[in-house]
Amino acid sequence: MLHNKTAVITGGSRGIGRAIAYKFASLGADIAVIYAGNQDAAEAVCQKCRQEYGVKARSYCCDVSDFEKAKETTAQVKADFGSIHILVNNAGITKDGLILRMKEADFDRVLAVNLKGAFHMIRHCSGVFLRAKEGCIINIASVTGLMGNAGQCNYAASKAGLIGLTKTAARELAPKGIRCNAIAPGFIATDMTQSQSENPMLKMIPLGRMGEPEDVAQAAAYLAEARYVTGEVLRVDGGIAM
Amino acid sequence: MYFNTIAKVISERTGCDIAAVKPESTFSDLGIDSLDTVELLMDLEDEIGIEIELDQKVETVDDLDKFIQSKQG
Repeated sequence: MLHNKTAVITGGSRGIGRAIAYKFASLGADIAVIYAGNQDAAEAVCQKCRQEYGVKARSYCCDVSDFEKAKETTAQVKADFGSIHILVNNAGITKDGLILRMKEADFDRVLAVNLKGAFHMIRHCSGVFLRAKEGCIINIASVTGLMGNAGQCNYAASKAGLIGLTKTAARELAPKGIRCNAIAPGFIATDMTQSQSENPMLKMIPLGRMGEPEDVAQAAAYLAEARYVTGEVLRVDGGIAM
Repeated sequence: MYFNTIAKVISERTGCDIAAVKPESTFSDLGIDSLDTVELLMDLEDEIGIEIELDQKVETVDDLDKFIQSKQG
């Protein structure tokens, strides 16, 4: 159970982030939803957390690729909730294209949000975790970071980078009782994967179907409570990247 | 000048004799690794009542003293 824990979830207004927010709220955690654009969606998530699960929930508008904004937002969450115990770096974007045609700006933007954004949040939350003498970081990577995916060089690079970041944070922070793990989702049915509906890899999923956001949320809940697990990359992918 | 406060916090953290902490003592000599210095600074924040971010590497007790003073200015 996650009673008396505060979880910060970036990209928490929809898709996998929203499913994690609901899962953690159902386990008793207070929820800080960080969103970049859709305030109504973020507020709707908070409202459900409060009404259905009786936990405290607030939304914060923040582009995590902005170092200073991420710092301000982390400080605000800490002021509002008292502390932070769990950080889920879920915010991510895609700007797909073949390498031959990819614009520099599209490569940079995906790296800035998916990889640097996670670094910014870890950077700013680590002090809070050190003070609390506990902390749990969960980075939402992707099987694309393990296997590659044609048309997603920027996304794949960002997710592979996230795995390196995860293992380094795990090693650096382990002596202080702070754990850091990653989840590598496969093809999960969300707004983001609508562009992947024609991907031939879908036919190669051993379990024969796309996953649901709740499948990833279940893994996140496991990692939130798995006291002896750190530096792990947990695939939730129907077996595609085994 | 925060030397006395730093020495007190170090001796409390590591259990070493406060007299063993000199300005020129390095943190590694005192058995404090770089991550520990961040925690040490947090203890100091509580002691001194200010908030400072350790955004550079400090080798000795005097480095840390000077660093805190620079942030105070």
